[in-house]
Amino acid sequence: MKRRVAVTGAGVVCAAGSTAEETWAALRAGRTAIRELDEPWARAGKYHVAAAARSFDPSQYFEAKEAALMDRFAQFALAACGEALRNSGLPLSDELKARTAVVMGSSGGGQGAIDAGFVELYGTRSGRVHPLTIPKTMTNAGTSHITMKYGLTGPAWAVSTACASSTHAIGQAFWMVRDGVVGAALAGGSEAPLNPGFWRAWEAMRVMANDTCRPFSRDRKGMVLGEGGAVLVLEPLESAIERGVPILAEICGFGMSADAHHLTQPSPSGAAAAIRMALNDAGLNPGDIDYVNAHGTGTQANDVAEAKALSLALGEHGRRVPVSSTKSVHGHALGAAGALEAFATVMALLEGVVPPTANFTELDPECDVNVIAGNALEGPLRAALSNSFAFGGLNAVLAFRAPSAL
Amino acid sequence: MEQDEQLRSRVIAIIEQSMKMEPGRVQPASTFEELAIDSLDGINIAFALESEFKIDIPDDVLPKMRSVADITTGIASLLAAKANGASKTQTAERGEA
Repeated sequence: MKRRVAVTGAGVVCAAGSTAEETWAALRAGRTAIRELDEPWARAGKYHVAAAARSFDPSQYFEAKEAALMDRFAQFALAACGEALRNSGLPLSDELKARTAVVMGSSGGGQGAIDAGFVELYGTRSGRVHPLTIPKTMTNAGTSHITMKYGLTGPAWAVSTACASSTHAIGQAFWMVRDGVVGAALAGGSEAPLNPGFWRAWEAMRVMANDTCRPFSRDRKGMVLGEGGAVLVLEPLESAIERGVPILAEICGFGMSADAHHLTQPSPSGAAAAIRMALNDAGLNPGDIDYVNAHGTGTQANDVAEAKALSLALGEHGRRVPVSSTKSVHGHALGAAGALEAFATVMALLEGVVPPTANFTELDPECDVNVIAGNALEGPLRAALSNSFAFGGLNAVLAFRAPSAL
Repeated sequence: MEQDEQLRSRVIAIIEQSMKMEPGRVQPASTFEELAIDSLDGINIAFALESEFKIDIPDDVLPKMRSVADITTGIASLLAAKANGASKTQTAERGEA
């Protein structure tokens, strides 16, 4: 029998805040964390704005020796996981440790570590690459550190589907809890893309903005990279009620699809298929959805395709349902984006607040959606979707219900 | 005029190389649409043009480069702006000296 699944904890580190509480305050206020970068490698390039997690201080979380074993992306994963576990109060008995899954998404893994290694190799330096380069770079490093820190011996793996990575991660973890395969799951993702080599590669794609991120705006210039991590604690609704802990939201649906179309151009029909599958999985109708946290990258191609996908999947309701893109606040954190946005969606449902799209100017007439911008929209919300559509045409969508609807 | 033709031949060769097309496939009147060149191909070609001509094609100029003729005109004006900028810099340097 399928079980209902509750979100009972959340941890977040990103440019908008170093905790879930700080981040939600920024999201709710639409306070963008996108800033000019001062680093010489960024100043030397064509684009200079990003959402960097300036207030993240690894020494608050790790001993120096422990921190040295991790790339920044793994540090984000552990920091977010620690907060999520504390907030949930999940009683990690030996029995539960063996039945807790860890599923984390990341697009690039430890790009900073491999970049530093290649400076030594190709630069005018030693020609030697540090022995920790591989264990720091591997995309599963975040997952592995989490299992070791908390002694979690259940199913654990990493998911890499570019910008949809952590949405896929949360969705798979949700299904395992729902099917009774595990007793609890820690799921989310992390990304640390702000290093010279990876940044230049993104520059070359010509999809980045040099002002800020303005999803669905007529004058949008592109995406702005961000960094950070977010983790949700998922457990059976029944056990959450038994424990008497606050339930942030019910996670109730997951859909995924492949465009089978193009490496970089999105397809509205592929995205719509994932939205429909998530609704179906959740047993929800389009009209039940009161908020959509959009993928909303702020690129020309994504925002137009996503608006079309919402109409395809939700019909007339797709033009009316409140939509916002919190990437305008925390930037596009690639493999961490889906987890940051799942967090935003959960908080929106919990508090009955649609966080606004920051930096919005004027609706692009090509995007026929109801964009919430400027101030948050307050009022009870029943259910919401969180969309992630990756380069390579791999789509993932999560559906959540408000705890008040339980 | 001869210079324009030379520039155009280089542009055609770069498009053919970037797209792995056999020589002769791209003609002076060819457009991206006819050649089935999409946006990802477009940034590949722009990257090769930037390397070949040692120029920077700004983001707002690139979308206007959708044919051999567009590109040739665009590159010519970017090269002219570059030469102009260089001579201005030289003048300024002489002025300072």
